[in-house]
Amino acid sequence: MAAKRIGLEVSLAVSEAVMLCDADVVAAYPITPQTHIVEHLSELVADGKLDAAYIPVESEQSAMSSCIGSSAAGARTFTATSSQGLALMNEMLYIAPVLRTPVVMAIANRALSAPINIWNDHSDIMSVRDAGWVALFAENGQESLDLTIMSFRIGEDRRVSLPVSVNIDGFTLSHFIEPILVPTREEVAKYLPPFNPLVKLDIAKPVSIGMLGMPESYTEARKATDDALLASKEVVKECFADFAKQFGREYKVVESYRADDAETILVVMGSIAETAMTAVDEMREKGEKVGLVRLRLWRPFPVEEFKAAIKPAKNLAVIDRHMVMGVPDGPVALEVKSFLYADAARPSVSNYVLGLGGRDVTREDFWHITERAKAPDAAARPRYELVGVME
Amino acid sequence: MPREIDALMKVKDLPAGFTAEPGSTLEFKTGDWRSMRPKLDREKCIYCGFCYIYCPDGVYQDMGKDEKWYKPDFDYCKGCGVCAHECPKDCIEMVLEEV
Amino acid sequence: MRAVETPFEKVTAKTFPKGPDVLAPGHRACQGCGEVLALRLIMKALGTECIAVSATGCMEVCTAPFPQSAWRLPWIHVAFENAAAVASGVECAVETLRRKGRGPDKRIPVIAIAGDGGTADIGIQALSGALERGHEDFIYVCLDNEAYMNTGIQRSSETPFGANTTTSPSGKKSKGQATWKKDMPAIAAAHGVPYVATATPAFHLDLMSKVRRAAAIHGPAYLHVYSSCPTGWRLKPELAVSIGKMAVNSRVFPLYEVLDGRYAVNRRVDKPIPVGDYIKLQGRFRHLKEEDVAFIQARVDQEYERILKLAEAFPAEVEKAS
Repeated sequence: MAAKRIGLEVSLAVSEAVMLCDADVVAAYPITPQTHIVEHLSELVADGKLDAAYIPVESEQSAMSSCIGSSAAGARTFTATSSQGLALMNEMLYIAPVLRTPVVMAIANRALSAPINIWNDHSDIMSVRDAGWVALFAENGQESLDLTIMSFRIGEDRRVSLPVSVNIDGFTLSHFIEPILVPTREEVAKYLPPFNPLVKLDIAKPVSIGMLGMPESYTEARKATDDALLASKEVVKECFADFAKQFGREYKVVESYRADDAETILVVMGSIAETAMTAVDEMREKGEKVGLVRLRLWRPFPVEEFKAAIKPAKNLAVIDRHMVMGVPDGPVALEVKSFLYADAARPSVSNYVLGLGGRDVTREDFWHITERAKAPDAAARPRYELVGVME
Repeated sequence: MPREIDALMKVKDLPAGFTAEPGSTLEFKTGDWRSMRPKLDREKCIYCGFCYIYCPDGVYQDMGKDEKWYKPDFDYCKGCGVCAHECPKDCIEMVLEEV
Repeated sequence: MRAVETPFEKVTAKTFPKGPDVLAPGHRACQGCGEVLALRLIMKALGTECIAVSATGCMEVCTAPFPQSAWRLPWIHVAFENAAAVASGVECAVETLRRKGRGPDKRIPVIAIAGDGGTADIGIQALSGALERGHEDFIYVCLDNEAYMNTGIQRSSETPFGANTTTSPSGKKSKGQATWKKDMPAIAAAHGVPYVATATPAFHLDLMSKVRRAAAIHGPAYLHVYSSCPTGWRLKPELAVSIGKMAVNSRVFPLYEVLDGRYAVNRRVDKPIPVGDYIKLQGRFRHLKEEDVAFIQARVDQEYERILKLAEAFPAEVEKAS
């Protein structure tokens, strides 16, 4: 039967995905712009459409704490947050991966204070990039729903058993109404096996979780978690492939757009890719050899796939949505440069930080960036630019 | 040279989720912390169980209705002296641990 | 069902659970640790058919040094301030899995355990949230040893007036801790939870029976347990238990219950021993002068009277239930 697209707010599509996955526990605290996700989830629970416990915790710190407890007790667990909420979870974000609790969290990405600002950028997720979570970035509504479903399968896979974040640009994606294909419960159940935890609080088989790791075991405990995170890339690819087989929508850890013969490649994450693709089309029409590479998987960083995708480029324009204070580079650029450093043949890399705190990102920005990234005069080619800043 | 000797176990040998088996502190004998040890006078013992109840480390074992006394496990007894102090019949004396 | 009517199995001298401890020996608590004794007796009363959540602190560190654990039941520690929130998640998970036919078909009590700092200071928000949400099978135990002992005897909001700690030192211009203990049982009771009680391992049957009652009651229970710390209090280790008896018998730490908002004093102290007798055994109070002790005595009497009057005005019929 041909499925029909329905007009759905992206936040609600994420909630619907959580319902289709039959989550057992949702613990969340309201924060803009994530609120529609958890509002709709509590509605689904109240209407009996989702048989889950909704824990209306008193803070994000408690949200993540409850999620870890719930996941450790064997329940499929979901939460959502943004910005300050993610920052308040910080301590627990680093604990969940080592305890191997596969919580799934949607992050409606929003700027960090100060100044307080409710609009979109990536400063929240980028500030916790070392925590040990699998991190995925959605570009559009369909992808937000699909990635949420896949996240449960990725995280709960016993080879992974790690928490997963699905990053959705706050407002510019989370609050848009898009035409979305919504699968049935039966279809999702076929794709997503029941949660069979790697580590579980079970009175029949007691175990102690959350041990004190002294100097003689701390390093190994951290390494074991990092190994699991690095190895999760293959599981992510497998879950993407199986999803494509069943639902016909194909996802890759790194997406390319008109990059095969591009001399200049824009590297982006999240929903601005749509604007960037339009800009690429416009520039291509003018004969510009420009293309785009989008990181869907941010953690673990898909180094090989990324390098393969940018191979044709002479000039790489890495676009960041977060400012790393005290260092003249954005987080994505810092990493890209470090991966490429040892390579004999590497492109010229320049870095552009833009769209902070909800400032619009337009086609013109990408035209400008492309011009700058390929400038023949080294002096005119910036190492780093805060795009559009009024100095 | 890497100093593997500093590590407790290899990464691949760690239990998933850095967990531990229940009650496994039994492997760690705290008895050598002791400088004083409880000495029981079983003649005076009325089998009230206060030594067993109030031992912070739970080292006393009930020897049953026939033997009617509680036996300390010196593998774990830290020699705090709570048992001697709480014994209503003063039948426990703390004596210097001989090494 | 009202809390006061909820049936539960009291622990008596005859029914004292004699089997192996739920908390195994080999843990690294100090000699004469009153807190680990409280924990041992609490877990003995509960048994292994429950799930325990610990906050960071002495009890967590000394019972769970990888690769060894003293816990003979499912146990989890996540962080310092969040034991109540972690336990909330565990409780909801267990209940939901039971409802959905994917877990054991019985009530499994979830017990959160934290020290006074983890409860009254850094953990009070998570605790308040959990109490207010009304989790069905939720027990919260504050093991109050009146300072941050794990980090080296720093003052908390539960440190008693006049006590010398490393961050409330006595000196030319200081008498030690300058504030009175935060009244956590009153704060817990203000949430309207079905059960709040104070206890100490020195009155072990009282403590263990309260744990049983807390587990039986439907809804959150809060237990505030006086736990002596010979190391931090500069107390002889062998006095770990008797100091608890003196705390109760001097009215410093009254034993009472709040059931459905109604009060019961479990041990009336009509002929109290002087507070000075309690204080003089502890090096943390060594610097106090006679007038300071008199000042503390007055406050202790007033607080005790307050509890007594509450019990007279709003009596809980505790004996009916048992």
